[in-house]
Formats: sequence, C-alpha cells, structure tokens
Amino acid sequence: MPNSPFTAGIAPGRLPADEIARNFTDLHPPMDAHEAHVAADRCYFCHDAPCTIACPTEIDIPLFIRQIATGTPEAAAKTIFEANILGGMCARVCPTEELCEEACVRMTAEGKPVEIGRLQRHATDTLMARQGHPFERAAPTGKRIAVVGAGPAGLSCAHRLAWHGHDVTLYEAREKPGGLNEYGIAAYKSTEDFAAREAAWVMGIGGIELVQGRRLGDTLDLEALRHEFDAVFLGVGLGGVNALAAEGEQREGVLNAVDFISELRQAADLGALPVGRNVVVIGGGMTAIDAAIQSRLLGADQVTVAYRRGRDRMGASRYEQDLAASHGVRFLFNAQPKAIHDGAIELALTEEVDGALRATGETVSLPADQVFKAIGQTLTTDGGLELMGGKIAVDRSMKTSLANVWAGGDCASGGDDLTVTAVAQGRDAAEDIHRTLAG
Amino acid sequence: MADLTSEFVGIRSPNPFWLASAPPTDKEYNVRRAFEAGWGGVVWKTLGAEGPPVVNVNGPRYGVVYGADRRVLGINNIELITDRPLETNLEEMARVKADYPDRALIASIMVPCEEAAWKAILPRVAETNADGIELNFGCPHGMSERGMGSAVGQVPEYIEMVTRWCKQYYDRPVIVKLTPNITDIRKPAAAARNGGADAVSLINTINSITSVDLDNFAPMPTIDGKGSHGGYCGPAVKPIALSMVSEIARAEATRGMPISGIGGITTWRDAAEFMALGCGNVQVCTAAMTYGFRIVQEMMSGLSQWMDEKGYRSTADFVGRAVPNVTDWQYLNLNYVTKARIDQDLCIKCGRCYAACEDTSHQAIAMGEGRVFEVIDAECVACNLCVDVCPVEDCITMERLAPGTVDPRTGRVVQDEYANWTTHPNNPMATAAE
Ligand SMILES: Cc1cc2nc3c(=O)[nH]c(=O)nc-3n(C[C@H](O)[C@H](O)[C@H](O)COP(=O)(O)OP(=O)(O)OC[C@H]3O[C@@H](n4cnc5c(N)ncnc54)[C@H](O)[C@@H]3O)c2cc1C
Ligand SMILES: Cc1cc2nc3c(=O)[nH]c(=O)nc-3n(C[C@H](O)[C@H](O)[C@H](O)COP(=O)(O)O)c2cc1C
Ligand code: SF4
Ligand code: SF4
Ligand code: SF4
Repeated sequence: MPNSPFTAGIAPGRLPADEIARNFTDLHPPMDAHEAHVAADRCYFCHDAPCTIACPTEIDIPLFIRQIATGTPEAAAKTIFEANILGGMCARVCPTEELCEEACVRMTAEGKPVEIGRLQRHATDTLMARQGHPFERAAPTGKRIAVVGAGPAGLSCAHRLAWHGHDVTLYEAREKPGGLNEYGIAAYKSTEDFAAREAAWVMGIGGIELVQGRRLGDTLDLEALRHEFDAVFLGVGLGGVNALAAEGEQREGVLNAVDFISELRQAADLGALPVGRNVVVIGGGMTAIDAAIQSRLLGADQVTVAYRRGRDRMGASRYEQDLAASHGVRFLFNAQPKAIHDGAIELALTEEVDGALRATGETVSLPADQVFKAIGQTLTTDGGLELMGGKIAVDRSMKTSLANVWAGGDCASGGDDLTVTAVAQGRDAAEDIHRTLAG
Repeated sequence: MADLTSEFVGIRSPNPFWLASAPPTDKEYNVRRAFEAGWGGVVWKTLGAEGPPVVNVNGPRYGVVYGADRRVLGINNIELITDRPLETNLEEMARVKADYPDRALIASIMVPCEEAAWKAILPRVAETNADGIELNFGCPHGMSERGMGSAVGQVPEYIEMVTRWCKQYYDRPVIVKLTPNITDIRKPAAAARNGGADAVSLINTINSITSVDLDNFAPMPTIDGKGSHGGYCGPAVKPIALSMVSEIARAEATRGMPISGIGGITTWRDAAEFMALGCGNVQVCTAAMTYGFRIVQEMMSGLSQWMDEKGYRSTADFVGRAVPNVTDWQYLNLNYVTKARIDQDLCIKCGRCYAACEDTSHQAIAMGEGRVFEVIDAECVACNLCVDVCPVEDCITMERLAPGTVDPRTGRVVQDEYANWTTHPNNPMATAAE
C-alpha cells in the first residue's frame, strides 16, 4: 500500500506525485499581458508615491507601472532593476502586504491596493525572458573588492560594484549562489529554479568572479582579504539556529526548520522527501509558516504552529497566517515547548503580563512525529568585528567597525531580515564603497 | 540606443517632448521644475501686450469628462493668457534660458491684430534669448471676444498678415499655432506658410461645454450661476488633432512644412503617432496637468525602446512615415475582403459582439447552444464593430479572404488586384480602369 497522510511516523510520498507537483506550483501565477494592463490601469501615478517610500529599495513604482500601462514592460523592468537588481525575486517573495501594497493609496481608498508585486513580476519576467543582462559596466576602475556570501545582499552589492566598473571576487561557502533565495524561500514562491537563473543573470553583467566552497572563518580570513582587496563586503547572513532549551531537543525527528526547507528546496524528487504525520513547528516568523505550509503540501496530516506569544505579536504577517490557515495549518498561541517525548510534544501555556512572558502552569500535549525549530537564526562568523544585538554593527552607510569593511543583509545590524532589505543594503554598501574608493 | 535629440526649425532640444503654452509653463518656478523632470522644451504661457495684464475668473476654470475610474479623458478651460505683467515674464524667461541653454524655450504671444503691437513686443522677446516664438491664434474663449486668439486664427488673411509682421520684426523661428475651430485646417496653415512661418503647431483647444449642471441649469464650470464655453483638450481631442495634422502634412499647399503636434498626447505612443503623421516634435499640456511633470520619463523611455526595436537611430528616421498611407476614401482597395474571426479559447461569452452586430450592424453573429458566438461569413461585412466592443484583446480578429476564394456574402470570387471606387461599376463618375 502506498503511503498516505495517515501513515504513522515519518514517511515519504504521502500524496500522489502529481498532487505534490501541483501543490508546489507558483503561489501567485504570473499575469498575462491583459491582466497586467487592467491592473496597471488602476495606478494613480501618485506624487512622491507612498508605495515607493514603503519599498526598502525605493523602486519608482508609479513610473514602472505607467511603463507597463503604455506597453513597454521592458522599460518598466529597467526602472525596477536600476533600483533593485533582484526585483524578480522580490516580486515573488516580498511581504507586499506590509510594504508597498500596504502603503498604496488605493488600499486606503478601497482596501484593494494596486497589485504592485505581481506587476513587478510581469515586467521583470518579460525582460529576463527576452534579453540577457540589461546594463553595461562603466569603464574599469582597476579596484578589486571581495564580497563574502552570494545571498541577496552579496549579489546586489557585487552587481552594483561591477556596474561601477570595479572587479569583484564573490566568495560563497555553499555549492550554489543565491543564499536563502536558493535554500530558504518557500518552494512555491521561487519555482522553476528561478533563484539559480536569477543569480546567473545578475552575474551576467560581467566583472564578478564567483569562487565557491570558501568559507570565512575557515578557508578565508578577513585580515587576509583586507590585505588583498581594496574593500571587503560581508553578506554572510545568519547561519546558526537558536536552541529551544526544551528537554528532548536532541531526539530524532527534531530538526531545524531551515534545514528541512533547504533539503526540500534542493530535493530532486519531493515525493521522496519524508515528512511526519503529525508535525509541530515552533516559532512565529516566516520560516515557521513556510515549514508548516510545505509540510502540509507534502502530505502531513496534522500540522500545528506553536508560538509562545499571542497572534498580534507574531512575526509573520496576517496574510501569511491566513495563507497557512487556508492550507489547513493550525495555530496554537501562547504555548512554548517544555519537553519532547517519543511521538509527542509537551507545551507550557503562557501569558504576557506587562510585556513579560510567563508560564501559567498549565501544559498541553500534542502528537508530534516531527518538530521543526524556527525560533530565529544567529550569526556564525563575526570576523572579529564589533557586534550590536548579535549582529555585525554597521552605520548608515553599512560601514563596520573595521576600515574598508562593509556589511549588509541579515548579518548586519538594523535590518528587517527580508530579501528586499538585504538587496537595499548590499546596493547602498556598494555605493558607499564606490564613493570611498573614488576618494 | 536611440538618439532622442530633436531639431525642430533649427531649434535643438534633448528630446522632442515640449510642454505646450499653458499653466505648466506659466512661470519660472514651473519651467525650472519641468526641465529638471526632463522636458526637452517649453512654450511659455502666452504673453500679452505691455500694460495691465488680463484677469482670470476667480471661480472654477475647468470642466472635466471622466472615463471609468475617474480617469480624466478631457478637460475644458476658460483660462486666458498670462495674467502676470509682461516684464515679469520676460525677466523670468531670460533667466531660465540662461540656466538651461540646451532646452528649447519658445515665447507664445498674443497681442492685438495691429502692426504696432507686434512691432513693440517682438524686440523685447528677442532680448530674452528665447529660441523662437509661437503665435497664439487659437484661444477660443475670452481673448477671441476681444478680437484676438481664434478670432484671428479663423481668418486666414489675418494669419498671413501677422505672420509677415513677425518675420519682419523678429529674426528667429516663427511658429503659428492653429485653432481647430475652423472647417478646413489647410486654409490657415497655408496662410501661415504664405506669411513666411517656419512651422505650424496644432491643435489649440476646441470649443466645448463639458456638462450641464441639472440642478442649476448652467454649463460647467459654473461661476455664480453662469457658464461660458471653454476650450477642450486632453486624450479626447487626440483623434481630431491627428486628422488635422495629417491634412496639413499631405496637402499640396503645406506639404513639408514643419509641424509641432499638440492635442491629447499622454504617452510615448501618442507622441510617436503624431510624429509618424509628420510632426517634427510634440507639445503636451493636459497630461502634465493630470499627472505631473514626471510623465515625460515614460515618454522618453517608451519612445527610445520603440525606436530601438524598430531600428530607428533618430526621430528623423520615422517622422512622416505614415503620411503616404493617409489617402482619400475613394482610393481604398475594395478588393480587400475580410471577415471577423472569434477565438473560442479566448472568448468569455459576454455577448457584446452579438448585441452590437445583431442590433446595430448586419446580424452576422450567431449565438448557439452554451453561449457559443460564431461569425456568419455570409452576413459579415467586415465592419469590425465586434472587434471594437469585445472586452478581450485579440479575441476577435479580422482575417483577409485569400484572393481566389468566394466571399459567401456576395458570392463573388475575391480578386487579387487593387481596385477602388474610382473604377467601380456602381460609380456613375467611374473612369474605366486602364
Ligand atoms: C525559510 C525562510 C523563508 C524566508 N522567506 C522570506 C520571504 O518570503 N520573503 C522575504 O523577503 N524574506 C524571506 N526570508 C528572509 C530572507 O531570505 C533573508 O532576509 C535574505 O535571504 C537575507 O539575505 P542575505 O544575503 O543577508 O543572507 P543569506 O540569504 O543568508 O545569504 C548569505 C550567503 O552567505 C553564505 N555564507 C554564509 N556564511 C559564510 C561564510 N562564512 N563564508 C562564505 N559564505 C558564507 C551563505 O551560504 C549564503 O549564500 C526567509 C528566510 C527564511 C530562513
Ligand atoms: C488651462 C489651459 C490654458 C491654456 N492656455 C493656453 C495659452 O495661454 N496659450 C496657448 O497657446 N494655448 C493654451 N492652451 C492650449 C494648450 O497649449 C494645448 O494646445 C491644448 O491644451 C491641447 O493639448 P493637450 O491635449 O495636450 O492639453 C491652454 C490649455 C489649457 C488646458
Ligand atoms: S500608491 Fe498605489 S496608486 Fe499610488 S503610485 Fe503607488 S501603486 Fe500607484
Ligand atoms: S488645484 Fe490648487 S489652486 Fe487649484 S483649487 Fe486646488 S488647491 Fe486651489
Ligand atoms: S464580445 Fe468577445 S468575449 Fe464577448 S462574446 Fe463576443 S467574442 Fe466573446
């Protein structure tokens, strides 16, 4: 008998292959030209547009939407890429409901914003399908810069530097570039190998040498890099995962959500990827939601997200929560893990009093074949730099405590842990490096 | 990359997009901001003669026609020429031109139809170092009641006379701006040419009342219970302007005369259409008034993308390219036979094509079981009304019947060779085909 959602324990192939394939198609299918026109027509071309202000990369949204409306999505894409070279991925993964679309004046007017994210995807897809890299490098400057980490921050920084005519060596510890775009983002947001295609397309500008399998703190040394290059940018993200501090955490079946997702993202055959019948995800952010939804999509029968505080404190947006709920994920609020037993998890119920969380003394127990930990990631390499709140301390121009070393993205202080902020910070660091080197 | 720089009657500008003489070009503050936003040139808000300036109404001066979603389709205005002193305008123009030498700056002028008035103002305009002048013979309200604006523009002899004075007392290019409130636009254009004008620009606004207040029984905009006709402009007037431009571009008396196209230009595509019909550059007013100066960025990126795709290096490569294809009805090929085709995969079964054809055309669409709409070739006259009303782009297309096939409507074999009305047997005046 083939496996089903009710097969006990942890098992692969709980759903027929075609159903799994269907489950992992695009969350928001691309717009066709007509849909894009109708959607673009709704934009008012606002003055000093609130949507642009809300975008961390400050894309000129009214302009690009007008360019779609007038039949030039390619020009629209250039407007987007000039501000955000990963505009394609951002169109897929940005929590627009908390960024540009939340700020859209039609949200205020009608509760229905202009569909900025999907329009951005329409434009960027059109250009990327039609031509190679759209920008040309400036004349060579002879300056060499090391960028460490090929995630959104590193790619964005490397691209902007190459654009300005500098030569970039991009060091990446893992097998593929893209960072969490490749290994972290939910599979239904980045379909058809988009992360890899986009990384290759970004590097298509030229002047970026990708060196894989080199890890800072291991086979790469910050002092040596500072010596060898004119400037160094660190975009190493957050490689570590917080521990639960619950009994039984070492048990089999207790996994880091990011590792589960990374395995899922790289799986050649999702039908061969095992998942529990009963899955409990601990955490309240995007990672928790993604792990939960994707467990359901693989065929897990009961999936619960257990979060230690109330719903309104959750990191994941209401939209993300509803998305999970629509996939049959259940939420348990004010519950934190106490102990993990064989096939079950025991959670202590909590309450928040004057901002402080405390246990009420009650506990609940849920069946759990698999427990995913998604309670935040931590910095693994600091290169001896000054830290702030557990991240590399940077100033407004992304400078670290060491001369000629910049940092951005998840590893740097002050960000939002979003793809789009990583892109913005990588770009801004590149501009500052460019200014500094031009002296 | 396409080169957008433009040279119009010897006046160079970084792109062919100028702001028309109107509120956007009313003063130094606006024009500086317009140049910063990227506009290639401006025609300054029309100057009047020395002395106390005209006054505008102090109530509303605009009426509007909306499309769906409150989209501005047309605006009508009862604003006059500049209501600021001549001296102030001239000083500002000189300052702006000095600071933006690469942009075109044109002075628009409207003074009484007397030689002395023109002789007096022209040297003062010349001192500003403006690149040329535009004669406002178009304003259809207020000024025309005082014998200026369209009151001059409607009399070709006056146009010729004033243009001649200007060529006599001013040594830079003279552009004559035409009013569309006239039956045959070729007449004033020819008069301008005879007077020595370097170019014409058109259209100015069209006489209009946009709506009537049904509670107070007064035209809009209403001022203290009364209204006056105004000048209509914006997307709604573009088809009228295009036609007038094409008339001038192909008429014998005016062919080859430089034209600055105006009227409803809102996007790069509108601009390209005017230019294809013979305009060396274009002027914009309502679109800027509706969306702000920044729209020029879309115009620049769109035009340059289109030129790149078509392989045009400079605007001169396509200006006037559509002119030879504008012809008279009598020369259209009557052997070009088409039929409507409905793509059943795209059809959303709204039935609009059916209603249009059944009620108002030729009963050539059948509605079958399950709301399947199909064209009856034996009835379809190829009017394409169904294409126009179908909400789905490309769902209905017109397909040409191959020569040699039988048109089921007429029962006749479709002929390969071109044949028009002038040789048609039904034409009593037909000349036998050679
Ligand atoms: C499961 C999950 C889902 C998410 N979903 C979304 C979402 O939908 N929308 C959104 O906006 N954001 C989302 N995020 C957040 C987003 O992915 C990150 O904010 C973003 O990827 C940060 O980019 P970065 O370049 O700073 O770091 P990363 O993407 O982490 O990239 C860092 C890169 O550096 C490399 N590296 C690490 N250490 C070293 C070293 N020592 N030497 C060399 N290279 C090293 C890594 O291999 C990696 O390639 C999600 C995150 C997770 C974990
Ligand atoms: C409020 C307003 C004032 C105008 N004033 C002038 C003027 O002073 N001189 C002039 O030549 N044309 C004037 N025009 C006409 C415009 O320059 C232009 O010819 C016309 O609006 C058509 O272009 P559009 O459809 O782009 O608006 C005015 C138009 C408007 C809307
Ligand atoms: S806020 Fe909304 S309507 Fe205004 S420019 Fe942005 S997308 Fe368009
Ligand atoms: S647009 Fe400005 S000047 Fe005109 S009525 Fe409104 S606020 Fe007054
Ligand atoms: S108007 Fe178009 S969509 Fe509607 S029924 Fe006719 S063909 Fe179909």
